[in-house]
Amino acid sequence: MLAYALRRLLVAVPTLFIIVTIAFFMIRIAPGGPFDRERAIPPEIEKNILAAYDLDLPLWQQYLKYVGGVLQGDFGPSYKYRDFTVLDLIASGLPASLQLGGIAIVLAVLFGITAGTFAALSQNSRYDYLIMAGAMTGIAIPNFVMAPLLTLVFGVYLSLLPVAGWGDGALANKILPVIALALPQIAYIARLTRGSMIETLSQNYVRTARAKGLRERIVIVRHALRGALLPVVSYLGPATAQIITGSVVIETIFDFPGIGRHFVQGALNRDYTVVMGVMIFYATLIILFNLLVDLAYALLDPKVKYEQR
Amino acid sequence: MASVLTVNALNTRFSTPEGAVSAVNDVTFSVDARESVGVVGESGSGKSQVFMSALGLLAKNGQAHGSVQYAGDEMLGMPETQLNRIRGVHIGMIFQDPMTSLNPYLRVVRQMTEVLVEHKGSTEQDARAKSLQALESVGIPDPAKRLDQYPYELSGGMRQRVMIAMALLCEPQLLIADEPTTALDVTVQAQILELLADLKRHHDMAIVLITHDLGVVAGLCDRVLVMYAGRIVEQGTVRDVFYDPRHPYTLGLLESMPRVDAAGDEALATIQGQPPNLQRLPRGCAFSERCPLAWERCDEAPPPLRELASGRYSACYRDAPR
Amino acid sequence: MANAGNTTGLVLDAAGMVQGRSLWADARRRLMRNKAAVASMIILSVIALLAVFAPWLSPHAYDEVYWERIQAPPDFAAAHWFGTDGNGRDMFVRTLYGARVSLMVGILATTVSLLIGVTWGAVAGFAGGRTDNLMMRFVDIMYSLPFMFFVILLMVIFGRNIFMIFIALGAVEWLTMARIVRGQTLSIKHKEFIEAAHASGVSGARIVTRHIIPNALGPVIVYVTLTVPQVILVESFISFLGLGVQEPLTSWGVLISEGARQMETAPWMLVFPATFLAATLFCLNFIGDGLRDALDPHDR
Repeated sequence: MLAYALRRLLVAVPTLFIIVTIAFFMIRIAPGGPFDRERAIPPEIEKNILAAYDLDLPLWQQYLKYVGGVLQGDFGPSYKYRDFTVLDLIASGLPASLQLGGIAIVLAVLFGITAGTFAALSQNSRYDYLIMAGAMTGIAIPNFVMAPLLTLVFGVYLSLLPVAGWGDGALANKILPVIALALPQIAYIARLTRGSMIETLSQNYVRTARAKGLRERIVIVRHALRGALLPVVSYLGPATAQIITGSVVIETIFDFPGIGRHFVQGALNRDYTVVMGVMIFYATLIILFNLLVDLAYALLDPKVKYEQR
Repeated sequence: MASVLTVNALNTRFSTPEGAVSAVNDVTFSVDARESVGVVGESGSGKSQVFMSALGLLAKNGQAHGSVQYAGDEMLGMPETQLNRIRGVHIGMIFQDPMTSLNPYLRVVRQMTEVLVEHKGSTEQDARAKSLQALESVGIPDPAKRLDQYPYELSGGMRQRVMIAMALLCEPQLLIADEPTTALDVTVQAQILELLADLKRHHDMAIVLITHDLGVVAGLCDRVLVMYAGRIVEQGTVRDVFYDPRHPYTLGLLESMPRVDAAGDEALATIQGQPPNLQRLPRGCAFSERCPLAWERCDEAPPPLRELASGRYSACYRDAPR
Repeated sequence: MANAGNTTGLVLDAAGMVQGRSLWADARRRLMRNKAAVASMIILSVIALLAVFAPWLSPHAYDEVYWERIQAPPDFAAAHWFGTDGNGRDMFVRTLYGARVSLMVGILATTVSLLIGVTWGAVAGFAGGRTDNLMMRFVDIMYSLPFMFFVILLMVIFGRNIFMIFIALGAVEWLTMARIVRGQTLSIKHKEFIEAAHASGVSGARIVTRHIIPNALGPVIVYVTLTVPQVILVESFISFLGLGVQEPLTSWGVLISEGARQMETAPWMLVFPATFLAATLFCLNFIGDGLRDALDPHDR
């Protein structure tokens, strides 16, 4: 198990390295620098600015310096907000983003699995169709459409919840963003669970469990659920990526002081260091989470350990 | 003799998008205590579905009508909780494919003890001791080690032995073995058959052996039912059916069996044609299209299963007095 | 579920014996019986036709500004069926122009991903061995990238140009396609009927066109129909953030973003583009699901 974990980690490190490298060189070959828009800067000042951001060094030195910095968690200063480093921005956005994403993924797993299992157990019934229609809606309506609609109904027409803002972390301010972020994932996990549950229920070993005269609850929970949840577990990696991606737009819509908003602002301002830093941060998060998911999978499916020697 | 399982006018249908499939048609028979019965037929003949219907193990789109009684209790339509007191306790079942019939995610011990905990209220400890014994009794080498392994760590033959040990944990009155050797290597097949013969000698239970292999039946069974397109076409003692087959289908099956005593240059006979489509069974005898003896009457109505002598049945017009 | 003892297997076997119709005719029949898929195809065709003929369907141009009618609600007398936006431009025409962009992005980016993915997967599958290993490991690594951010990064660097969107999207969406095609190639390469064709002297090119392509086509078609909505979604997402299509050209993402800002005072600015986008995504998902069920009846 430990060897397995180590090997997965060994794959993760070069992946991250590749991301950093590609991102770095893509930005440096980009047409036009980040300060092009500021017109008529005296040459001395421009020189100072370039020096401050190491842009006067040869490319390979810039690269080495950047990679060295990244290894120490230093993504450099923001081009736009000169008093802040990228790390400052990430740190300031982390609490809001972490809460938003964390709650959303927990909700997605809980509700998705429950709804999917229920639909599978009552396959082709009215409830099944209802849940699956709901899931299709959740998948087809993107969160940037769902979020304004939710706000329109619950914030504007019903005035039940705040329309936007952080509200110093008040719970009421988080409800709509979390729902808008979690809905597509709930829908996807529900569909996934239903499909794999139906397939598992038709497996021979479930028939064996029934033939042994076990109670239906034991047949489902002990015998069927574990196999049925494996695809869901391996989807948790992509789900995290989806939640992080979604959080970018949700934070923008609800004016949430998270990392995603810094990213969008950075992208709109061509604030390269911020865009790159946040991207690397997100990639690290996603890769780490994928690693955890792989380990969880290996724990659930004894065959993995076996086949990996 | 008291019968453990009585099946009466059983009909099983599957509804599919392409229409209804009649897998079992008007099947009637019984299994007596301590006897062993072979059920023979090609795949799709409904031989497994008869017993799946009995135990409530049909796929969701399946529906069984008629009557199946265990020791006088009607099993069709029986509430699940009550049915669970028969399945696994009084009737044990083992399946064709031991690779997929054991839960790959649970250790052997867990899959065995849960039966005793559920039905006998044993403690986990007692159940473990009994499971160990059961593994020993089916001849698994190093049973203590096997107990804590996962199914994928066992060979096919060992898995089937685990299945058998598991089915016998509660000392059932009836063991249903659905193609227990089909998925195994030839040498392992022989070992498992040996084990079943051994069980038959030493246990007080009836055995139903579902198979497509007449040779297996000959070695193990007292009585045989031959099924074709969801119907029983012939029934009798193994001796009678093998030496004096009355239905042309049985005859065809026997002739297509390789025989050790046959002359070397004799070509193996085969039955011409394909089994009929179960969605659109012919009006008459389902075998008539492939039958060398068919005449007009065969296409009018399915021939009834007629008792020729005590316990000896055949469903063919050729046998019937005109 | 290949075991013969399985009950559904039995039923399907029995059903399969009924008639030896061709796979495609069979699939089409199953698809046509899927009401949701058929309805989706009709709705999608209507949206596509509206998009194609957008310039001739309304008296207004997509970038024509009516100063006297800013944020006006739907008005049939003035032929502003969907109202006007904050700059006094007709929402009906703008929504249909959004459809043009979305459908075009969907088709072109999917084509790009199809080309890359099929080539990559087929080469890896045919080459096998170390080449295959290397190529698929690359795909694995790409998979773990947060690709949306990659697309955004591309947009930031190379400017917000609609053709960049096609390329960026196509360049990141080909991974699954490559996996599918490789899997199909591998499984087909060793199938008996290919070997039989080889043995009976059928030429290599003929084997590829007559056997391999038709057999790999099913899953590829299904995945293509599921890639289109994904691509449309990503484009809308990027445009919503203001990083995609630029004014005066528009897309559903841009319109929804503008609509969301005005939804309290001018809900029609949000509702119409949102409905069109959702309807398109719904339809494409239903068609994709329907195709999958039609081509692979085991997977219900």
